[in-house]
Amino acid sequence: MQRDMPTGPRPKDVYFFSTCLVDLFCPEAGLDAITLLEREGIAVHFPEDQTCCGQPAYTSGFGERARAVAQAQMQLFPNDWPIVVPSGSCAGMMRHHYPRLFADDPLLKARAEALAEQIFEFSEFLLDVLKVHWRDSGKPATVTLHTSCSARREMGTHLHVRALLAQLSGVNVVTQSHESECCGFGGTFSLKHPSISSAMSGDKVDALKETGAEAFISADCGCMLNLNHTLQKRGDSFQGKHLATFLRERLAAAGEKS
Amino acid sequence: MNAPENTQTLSFIPASEFKQRTTEAVADAHLRQSFRSAMDFLMAKRAAQFPDADALEAQRALAEHIRRYSLSRLPELLEKLERQLTANGIQVHWAENAEQANAIIVGIAQKHSAELMVKGKSMVSEETELNHAMEAAGIAALESDMGEYIVQLDGEKPSHIIMPAIHKTKQQIARLFAEKVPGASYTESVDELIGIGRAVLREKFMAAEIGLSGVNFAVAETGTLCLVENEGNGRMCTTVPDVHIAITGIEKVVEKLEHVPPLLNLLTRSATGQIITTYFNMISRPRQPGELDGPKEVHLVLLDNGRTQAYADEQMRATLQCIRCGACMNHCPVYTRIGGHAYGTTYPGPIGEIISPHMMGLAATHALPTASTLCGACGEVCPVKIPIPDLLIRLRAEATHDARPGHAPLVGQGAARSALMDFVWAGWAALYSRPALYRAFVWLATRFRFLTPPMQSGWTVSRTPLKPAPRTLREQLAGRHLKT
Ligand code: SF4
Repeated sequence: MQRDMPTGPRPKDVYFFSTCLVDLFCPEAGLDAITLLEREGIAVHFPEDQTCCGQPAYTSGFGERARAVAQAQMQLFPNDWPIVVPSGSCAGMMRHHYPRLFADDPLLKARAEALAEQIFEFSEFLLDVLKVHWRDSGKPATVTLHTSCSARREMGTHLHVRALLAQLSGVNVVTQSHESECCGFGGTFSLKHPSISSAMSGDKVDALKETGAEAFISADCGCMLNLNHTLQKRGDSFQGKHLATFLRERLAAAGEKS
Repeated sequence: MNAPENTQTLSFIPASEFKQRTTEAVADAHLRQSFRSAMDFLMAKRAAQFPDADALEAQRALAEHIRRYSLSRLPELLEKLERQLTANGIQVHWAENAEQANAIIVGIAQKHSAELMVKGKSMVSEETELNHAMEAAGIAALESDMGEYIVQLDGEKPSHIIMPAIHKTKQQIARLFAEKVPGASYTESVDELIGIGRAVLREKFMAAEIGLSGVNFAVAETGTLCLVENEGNGRMCTTVPDVHIAITGIEKVVEKLEHVPPLLNLLTRSATGQIITTYFNMISRPRQPGELDGPKEVHLVLLDNGRTQAYADEQMRATLQCIRCGACMNHCPVYTRIGGHAYGTTYPGPIGEIISPHMMGLAATHALPTASTLCGACGEVCPVKIPIPDLLIRLRAEATHDARPGHAPLVGQGAARSALMDFVWAGWAALYSRPALYRAFVWLATRFRFLTPPMQSGWTVSRTPLKPAPRTLREQLAGRHLKT
């Protein structure tokens, strides 16, 4: 999980891989992430032919289908710029599973390994590469954090999200019980085993609400959609926000450009 | 699908019923509450044993290495084990499947005209459903581990590999004892309940002709059977009756005695958060002339039951690294919700999901590997670093595809294959690997978002429908950003 961070000057250009969920279901999270990157003076390139990292097929046992989709993505990054991904789960797929997906093809494997090194989860990029240190200008707020399992166990970026929130002087972060436990989404799991998935999501929502926070923050749209739609079905106004959206709001509050 | 040939059809729950069972289990508030608090307790106990993450990593790496090393030399070590045990006077039997194992044990019991067998905790004997076989042969088999005793008394199966009766409350056990144990009166005092059980068992240890136990580690070089336990019943079973039969899976062998402590150290800490169990038995031979106690005969039954299928595959061989600590189930959010019985297999939880397909065939078990969010909690705590999520993905693939070229088909290979799913994933791949098609698709999805179906399969059971945004990110970026 530990990686060597690039040294040397700050990158001037990055690619943005939005993920299929952000593109179609939470575009505002993608826009906010891009805005924050641009605010740091970085040129954000959005390869127009990007679609999905291929994870749904991969985790369902259809590796050959995932390969087709992954291969299409792998051609989209001709320069060695960092590729910023606003999701721990998709970043984990591209960073850790792409090389294994192409294990039996030396050329593609080499390409996948090189690409894996370019992949940065959004919060990881902000903290470790850009080394941002932001001044919070929002009103006092209490939030809680839900980190995706891939962020926690594959990417180690649950620490980065926490560290970024800790920079915000007006934000009090409270911890939910069973913090490290999965929210029950699991991609196709939520369709295959709805009763187990619902039980897990229900418990997660309860734990988040019990903190008394006014909102929860997540750096993964999969978990966020799962939990927000669970809350909506309950008629509950408590909702989650993507980290990028929350950060942008905090920085924009004092009239900084957004 | 071909019926498993070298695996016996046990009284498992058919795959089609898995969903129904899990739905019922999840709806049982009482069950969920008791598993949640029991698992919280076990997780806290384990965590307290490993305050230093780096030290734990080093220990796990060593334990993994020992297990992988042992498996890399499995055939050779098994032969060595047999030679050494035989030299020590322990009789070794090989069983390809559950029926053979049971037949061997029934045969030994009949040779001694036994009427009663007392059993220490043995999950392998659960796997072969030995108690039924003994009963059919007219020989009583009595569980002596307190948890096993309780589930046997209630005609149930264990719901956890370390804590067989974890699904039962004190009150349920109190009622059970009052009802089923002659002379016992209702009490909710745990000490008194244990006292009742002990009184029954004490007599039986003396009366039984045969004692049965499992094995945690079998040491090839010295011919030693190591047994970990907390109640002393294991020691009774292996020393009081005249005949001791041990049963274990072929993967439990290690080469040297010095390979045991690193594994034992992690086993007890990972399982129950104990530094060491109350008892650690090392059995090397039967009673020798001039010795006053110990069994006159010791047997070891080595069971395959599908293990060689896992062994034959480079990736799936890791399944056999397992030392049966149960930590993966304690930390599994799915196990915590549905409990052990819903799986319908001897081994529940993550380890059950990756080993049961080898034991029972994929036709019967293909639903199990899908019952995971791949959250990775199991792999994170596994003391021997079995990459459980990767193995789940692998089994999902094997259940829905023909064998890969150069690989022998698994029992039940492709059992979950469906033309519909093949079609769905082919269509999905076509859409997501063709950017123009994808763009057209999301354009339409956003324009026709008002047509979003209100019922979306399992998703809307507890969630509002997923609805595309009014405009995709790519459209919102058009003209604003650098495009590549
Ligand atoms: S798979 Fe690992 S965690 Fe699970 S029982 Fe086996 S050794 Fe323990």
